[in-house]
Amino acid sequence: MLQEQELKTFVDGTTNYFEVAAQQPATIGSPYLVTDGIPAVHDYTGVISITGKREGVVYFTAPRAMLTVLLMKMQESDFSHDNMRDIVGEVANTISGNARRDFGREFVISVPNVVTGEKNEIPVNPGTRCFVIPINWRSHSAKLVVALK
Amino acid sequence: MVAVNGHSPAGGRRQWKLMIVDDSNIMRRRIERSQQLESLEVVGAAANGVEAIELFRQTDPDLITMDITMPQMDGIECIRRLVELKPAVRILVISALADKATAVDAMEKGANGFLNKPFTDRQLNEAIAELIRVL
Repeated sequence: MLQEQELKTFVDGTTNYFEVAAQQPATIGSPYLVTDGIPAVHDYTGVISITGKREGVVYFTAPRAMLTVLLMKMQESDFSHDNMRDIVGEVANTISGNARRDFGREFVISVPNVVTGEKNEIPVNPGTRCFVIPINWRSHSAKLVVALK
Repeated sequence: MVAVNGHSPAGGRRQWKLMIVDDSNIMRRRIERSQQLESLEVVGAAANGVEAIELFRQTDPDLITMDITMPQMDGIECIRRLVELKPAVRILVISALADKATAVDAMEKGANGFLNKPFTDRQLNEAIAELIRVL
């Protein structure tokens, strides 16, 4: 069973990115559990794989519009596909870094992998429950999905 | 890999040469844009450790900002090689890896400072200024 503290580490890693990099904090929506199927993704998704004490994936998925505004807040003027992949990877990278710090070597955490397109499905181990935490920032909404056994 | 032509030192003041190493284009541009020290001149940016060593030989920087997780050659190995080439070079690690073991590893290889991603402009400038103070 996923511990509350473990979930908090992933959530804090995500919200911290917006607060520091964009100087504007994100808020958390009501988390929910997906027991049947896999949560849908937005345009860009940064995925980290976890093995060791826990097994599964954690991903941050966001619409292009949200990432565009995030880049603007960081004074970036290039809104190309490559930069969208880059920024969603950086958010996932921060989530991964936080997890390494908090969980130590009991968790083996991968370098983020970036997936594009809403039609993609992120593979989740069978029988894993997916926690979905809405991440609201300005008028946009992204999702943090924690799918760990 | 991008080498940038430098400016002449302003008013005879020593100009320090900075090289940026990060596999993220956004981060390279962010660091270049955010650093506001007049005594600093960005001489180039590299996307991995292999490019960094080549660019280092061309530009001979005094200061380096170094990411850790990169393809081809990671930051830890790159630090080790660059310090071999120029022991006096000052290296600021800028990484999302927030664990103590990574920081210790980087310091043991020769890094002089550690800044976690994400960072504010102020944090970046303070960290770079600290490195310059001991040059």
